[in-house]
Amino acid sequence: MLRIRNLEVAYGRRLALRRVSLHVDQGEIVSLIGANGAGKTTLLRTVAGLVRPAGGQVLFRGRDTAGLATERVVALGCSLVPEGRQVFATMPVLENLLLGATVQYRRGRRAEVEADLARAYRLFPRLEQRAGQLAGTLSGGEQQMLAMARALMARPALVMLDEPSMGLAPLVVKDLFAAIRTVRAEGATVLLVEQNARAALRLADRGYVLETGRVVLEGSARALLDNRDVQRAYLGGEPSAAREGERP
Amino acid sequence: MTTALALQYLVAGLTYGTIYAVVGIGFNIIYNTTGIINFAQGEFVMLGGMTAASLHRLLPLPLAVLGAVALTTLVGAAVELTFIRWLRRPSVLRMIIVTIGVSILLREAALHLWGEGVRSLPYFTGDEVTALELGGARVSPQVLWSLATCGAVVVALQLFFHRTRTGREMRACAANREAAALCGLATRDLVTLSFALSAGIGALAGCVVSPITYTRYDIGASLALKGFTVAILGGLGNAGGAVAAGFLLGTLEAFSIAVLPAAYKDVLAIAILLLILFLRPSGLFGDRELARLGAS
Repeated sequence: MLRIRNLEVAYGRRLALRRVSLHVDQGEIVSLIGANGAGKTTLLRTVAGLVRPAGGQVLFRGRDTAGLATERVVALGCSLVPEGRQVFATMPVLENLLLGATVQYRRGRRAEVEADLARAYRLFPRLEQRAGQLAGTLSGGEQQMLAMARALMARPALVMLDEPSMGLAPLVVKDLFAAIRTVRAEGATVLLVEQNARAALRLADRGYVLETGRVVLEGSARALLDNRDVQRAYLGGEPSAAREGERP
Repeated sequence: MTTALALQYLVAGLTYGTIYAVVGIGFNIIYNTTGIINFAQGEFVMLGGMTAASLHRLLPLPLAVLGAVALTTLVGAAVELTFIRWLRRPSVLRMIIVTIGVSILLREAALHLWGEGVRSLPYFTGDEVTALELGGARVSPQVLWSLATCGAVVVALQLFFHRTRTGREMRACAANREAAALCGLATRDLVTLSFALSAGIGALAGCVVSPITYTRYDIGASLALKGFTVAILGGLGNAGGAVAAGFLLGTLEAFSIAVLPAAYKDVLAIAILLLILFLRPSGLFGDRELARLGAS
């Protein structure tokens, strides 16, 4: 589905990504974990066409999409749910969702939009109750649901989510992650970036650990959860750390 | 001041008010989709009036107006394609300076093409002396044409932005350009469209008021200043506010002649602009609540 080879991204003279390679296969959920500033968001933004890479390849369904305009990437079937939700705050929930279907309209599949709307409401019933409400007045959790539902309206083959759990209550996060599972079960592939490494790895099939712009570790989600380095750095679960009360 | 005279001033104010309002709306459309203040907006009004006057030598009036609006719309799109689109991550200041450059370019081109002469279209109905009596004041039917056109533009824009898919896309592009791109919207094309649209609307205004106010190659700059004042006064991005502010400024200008020397008419707009920028930058009708939502 997605294959990234030796990707390099620079902001000015500073390298944000150094020769990053990773792949996401059809039907997988892959989690990308790492500290703040490790380059996770940059990686997703580069795949989405918001950032132009300095080098390397981004192959999406066998096609090099590096440097392609964002709307073209979306039309090819790769959607990003951006960090901080980025809903259209001054527009109603329904308009937000219909805007997500823009590429569907352009593909001439107007008829499918109704069905997709029903599907989005089934996934997040609360959005249906709030259909006429301005998106900016929703709670953080509802805005995240809206951002995700809006991305799904384009019928993406690959959904990338950037920190969906950020600032949300644990119960809401549980609902969101359940929704991600449903989305995968319905045929989409998922690439997930998360601070909440434990939850992300429990959800995922495989994972990558990013540190200062490099992939330092990769493997099955199970293996990463069991890895002592990962536990110490990202899961806060090392016994000694717990004893000393250093858990964040 | 007699009622009849006051009414006469009011009518004059409304006439100029409509054109200020329409220029202000033009500012709003482009500001909304791009965050740019397009200082070439006044030149679009000038181009509309001048082109229509030239076309009218060959064509009947409605066709001349239609042709002028169409040509100016193309010029608007061309300005965006040539000067704005290729800028990568431009700062707002840089884009504003580009639009000032474009306005100078268009003005000089107009001088080259049409010379320094004053032009105007004939009155749409009747002529210079036709007038309706209104409470002792004499109102040219052209004033009604301007008011009706302004009203029609506002209603049409409202329908376009809120009832059509493209209008919705332009609002989304205005609210959050990156999120719009992530929804698959062709944001660059929407920006081109916003330039074309506001150029076309400016040209229409230029045609309608041309019989009353006349058109010259250099009327754009002062119109841009007035339109900008109106757009700020009404709250940037707020079309209804721009109309109200347009009428307010036009009326104030008209009545100022009764008290101040006529030469000070333009000073009024600048004074209001500065006062608003100092005292109430969100504008008279700026919606702070909505602005807060948009910022979150």
